[in-house]
Amino acid sequence: MNRRKIRVLVAKPGLDGHDRGARVIARALRDAGFEVIYTGLHQTPEQVAETALQEDVDVVGLSILSGAHMTLVPRIKKLLIDNGMGEVLMVVGGIIPGDDAEKLLKEGHAEQIFTPGDSLDRIIGYISSKF
Amino acid sequence: MHQLVTDLLNGNRRAAARMISHVENDDLIKRELLKELYPHTGKAYLIGITGAPGSGKSSLVDCLLQEMRNDGLKIGVIAVDPTSPFSGGAILGDRIRMQDHALDHNIFIRSMGTRGSLGGLSRSTREAIQVLDAFGKDIILIETVGVGQSEVDIVKTADTTVVVLTPAGGDSVQTIKAGIMEIADIFVINKADLPGTERTTTEINVMLDMKKEGGWRPPVVQTVSVQNKGINYLWESLQEHRIYMQESGTLENIRLERVKRELTDQVEFLLKNSVWNQVKEEIKLDRLVEEIARREKDPYSAASELLDKLNIFEQKAGEDG
Repeated sequence: MNRRKIRVLVAKPGLDGHDRGARVIARALRDAGFEVIYTGLHQTPEQVAETALQEDVDVVGLSILSGAHMTLVPRIKKLLIDNGMGEVLMVVGGIIPGDDAEKLLKEGHAEQIFTPGDSLDRIIGYISSKF
Repeated sequence: MHQLVTDLLNGNRRAAARMISHVENDDLIKRELLKELYPHTGKAYLIGITGAPGSGKSSLVDCLLQEMRNDGLKIGVIAVDPTSPFSGGAILGDRIRMQDHALDHNIFIRSMGTRGSLGGLSRSTREAIQVLDAFGKDIILIETVGVGQSEVDIVKTADTTVVVLTPAGGDSVQTIKAGIMEIADIFVINKADLPGTERTTTEINVMLDMKKEGGWRPPVVQTVSVQNKGINYLWESLQEHRIYMQESGTLENIRLERVKRELTDQVEFLLKNSVWNQVKEEIKLDRLVEEIARREKDPYSAASELLDKLNIFEQKAGEDG
């Protein structure tokens, strides 16, 4: 039997029009054998959480380059918990200053945060290690 | 009754999503769940949308969702995208066009990878349809992968099949080829603001008028999905075809045919499983394989002997399966 397929939602929440990074990650995850659901740009936290629910994903990957991460990440995590999906692995990528990253992790809004310079291997290795 | 089934029948969206994962992953619990769901299925009308990659299937689904919601219908969408034959991964990107409907609780959208299936649908599409059917959706839209000429599984799955084409897709010989051009109940020429629209429309109409037999004559509908043009005609055609299917008795026939196929599939599945379970227990398959590889035996008589040894058919008679 094959290993169970891991489903990852790659989402771009908020007013941020840059999705090259998200697409590169989506492609790399595909090549690593994940099923990647991509939502496109300008998603509200509610859209992200509802998509995660309908698609029954194992991982939510948020790409945020707008600076609004301290609002968006906790909001989405809360909506996931409200939906009974608190167990979903929340991974954030983007331009997240160190202090903010530390706070998001410490307060449990995200399980891992990646910033510019992190390699694809490291990101995929991290997600794979969780399943 | 299983808790998941109870929750699903009570309209719990998370339960529906979990259930589709169970059938998609072929979990052990799958057959039990589907058994309990079955009495609640058979109510939804199934519409298939197929066509080449980039022809605009997802955008059309998006537009149709709006029309159907205006009529107060509840809709399920199953959007299939290809699984990589190399990594087993997939990019499921059909939702991008439909995200405006993400927060409408009367719409449930699920993306599926083909996971090795080659006919344009995924391995578990039919089972996922049953889940959304029992979930109370009035209409289920099934969007196939972007197809070439011969991925036509959708016609065996849907009640109405829509084939989406774009202008200038080749000369008139393309319209008389077998395969995808034969399965349409409705043709859509999407991106009908591009040059070549009238020629393509005419060529398809000519092809359709060459057919002799009576019955349903597929309409050719022009749409521009990004401008929401022609969608009302498409929705009207879909409703007309549904009425035709019901009044002519065709719907009943194809649904009986579908049930027959489900039954056959299940019998084959159970039989195959029970044979192989016994083979694994009682017969040293490796040794037999080596004998065949050394050409001491041939696979044809080896297979017959194997089944003789199992007496499988006599044993099956008294069993429940």
